[in-house]
Amino acid sequence: MKHTFILFGRSIKHILRSPDTIITVLIMPAVIMLMFVYVLGGAVKNSIGENVNYVNYQLPGILLMTVACGISYCAVRLFTDIQKGIFSRFHSMPISRAAVLWSNVLSSIVSNFISLVIIILIALLMGFRSSASILAWLGVFGILLLFTLALTWLAVISGLLAKSAEGSYIFSYPLIFLPFFSSAFVPTETMPPALRAFAENQPVTSIVNTLRYLLNSEPVGKEIWAALAWCFGIAVAGYVVALWAYKEKQPLFI
Amino acid sequence: MAAINVSGLRKSFKGAKGSVNEVLKGVDFTVEKGEIFALLGSNGAGKTTIVNILSTLLKPDAGTACVCGFDVSKQANKVRESISLTGQFAAVDEILTGRENIILIAKLRGVHEPAKVADDLLERFGLLEAADRRVYTYSGGMTRRLDIAMSLVGTPAVIFLDEPTTGLDPEARLEVWKTIKELSNSGVTVMLTTQYLEEAEQLSDRIAILHGGKIIANGPLQELKQLFPPTKVEYVEKQPSLEEIFLSITAKGGE
Ligand SMILES: Nc1ncnc2c1ncn2[C@@H]1O[C@H](COP(=O)(O)OP(=O)(O)OP(=O)(O)O)[C@@H](O)[C@H]1O
Ligand SMILES: [Mg+2]
Repeated sequence: MKHTFILFGRSIKHILRSPDTIITVLIMPAVIMLMFVYVLGGAVKNSIGENVNYVNYQLPGILLMTVACGISYCAVRLFTDIQKGIFSRFHSMPISRAAVLWSNVLSSIVSNFISLVIIILIALLMGFRSSASILAWLGVFGILLLFTLALTWLAVISGLLAKSAEGSYIFSYPLIFLPFFSSAFVPTETMPPALRAFAENQPVTSIVNTLRYLLNSEPVGKEIWAALAWCFGIAVAGYVVALWAYKEKQPLFI
Repeated sequence: MAAINVSGLRKSFKGAKGSVNEVLKGVDFTVEKGEIFALLGSNGAGKTTIVNILSTLLKPDAGTACVCGFDVSKQANKVRESISLTGQFAAVDEILTGRENIILIAKLRGVHEPAKVADDLLERFGLLEAADRRVYTYSGGMTRRLDIAMSLVGTPAVIFLDEPTTGLDPEARLEVWKTIKELSNSGVTVMLTTQYLEEAEQLSDRIAILHGGKIIANGPLQELKQLFPPTKVEYVEKQPSLEEIFLSITAKGGE
């Protein structure tokens, strides 16, 4: 635990000293949010209803996209540490293997949290309003945290197995685009049947719907269980595979 | 009890298309406490492989390796508490400053007064001026010195140095040699690998030569010299070596 904390401090220093990484992460979701709200927002009104605030409508999808962009840096940082021999140094010291991995995971969660808060602030400037209670907000952040944790383990796998720094973050691209094929920006009913079937059964839709209900103070219904199941499922599977990759990739003792 | 005890050590790597690269084919050697032991070998001989096994990074296929009486496979954590590793390529955090790098290791090792330990080491390695600069601004030699300084945190009983002076200028190399000798005088066991015969000659109490997956010679320099045909006496004009020239010029320039 103590070692995790010390190494976490190191990771946080990395993040604070490279604010450009957070800015890079923010550009994509911020631009897409601006584009959807101001360029496409009017057109979408027809299908979601005149009275719906479109900033509110698309924010959950943008938040998930922010996380998908953010975790790529976790993979890059991990890859760089391995390549520079820093992992080897730590592994030749009496430090638990788990501490080395968890410190990266924790710092990924912190940096993603910062990005999410900034995106929400931008959305507020653009007219995002929420009637959600404190409890509902806690729910929103709880789900986002779980989602970040789940995707971070995927980033860890990629960082451990990558052959190059560029290769270490390619995995995040499909994740970044996943919200487009979900209920994040337009209702799934407007999509062609095959796409609609995909959209309605992929993780992003249930998570987006849950976040939307919570932010609008509507009952979350069954949707929240699907969202939680996806997040937990990906997190656990990611964790197991990450540990396997850790053992496989590094001929080190665990 | 010997500081390092290696016997029958074997290690192969899987190569391309199922071929097997047998790197260590039964390596035996012992290093006594307080000794400086140099492992010599050409590129690809397996020096780094041995160091990695001894520092618990790599699993041997067969044979035993003990450090300070602890088996590297069975008591890895005990071994890790007794050693420090300076790998062949500097393993420093370039985003942190030199001082932060040392303090990080000091905290991880649970050393008292990490800040003071850092000051001492920075001073000893001539890095005080650069201490608060981020490491990516360091020259190769400075990075290497920081790397070695980080390995001395917490005074481990056995220190592994994998090609510690490769890429250093002659002065920095002498500086590192001096440090290694001081370490050894204070009772630390040092195992280093090198490609510079002179380095082995200057520093070590004992030299082993790794070739073809085995140790083909092992002993003090004097003993190794006797393995060669008796010295012939020849009259050759003594040319100063380039290193001597370099050192004398730079010394003058510095005055
Ligand atoms: N992880 C690995 N996977 C596959 N082959 C490896 C691995 N590590 C080392 N080898 C092979 O083992 C052999 C010995 O490598 P090693 O790094 O131990 O040599 P070395 O004596 O340290 O050489 P150098 O002087 O170049 O540092 C080489 O042929 C190398 O290709
Ligand atoms: Mg080597």
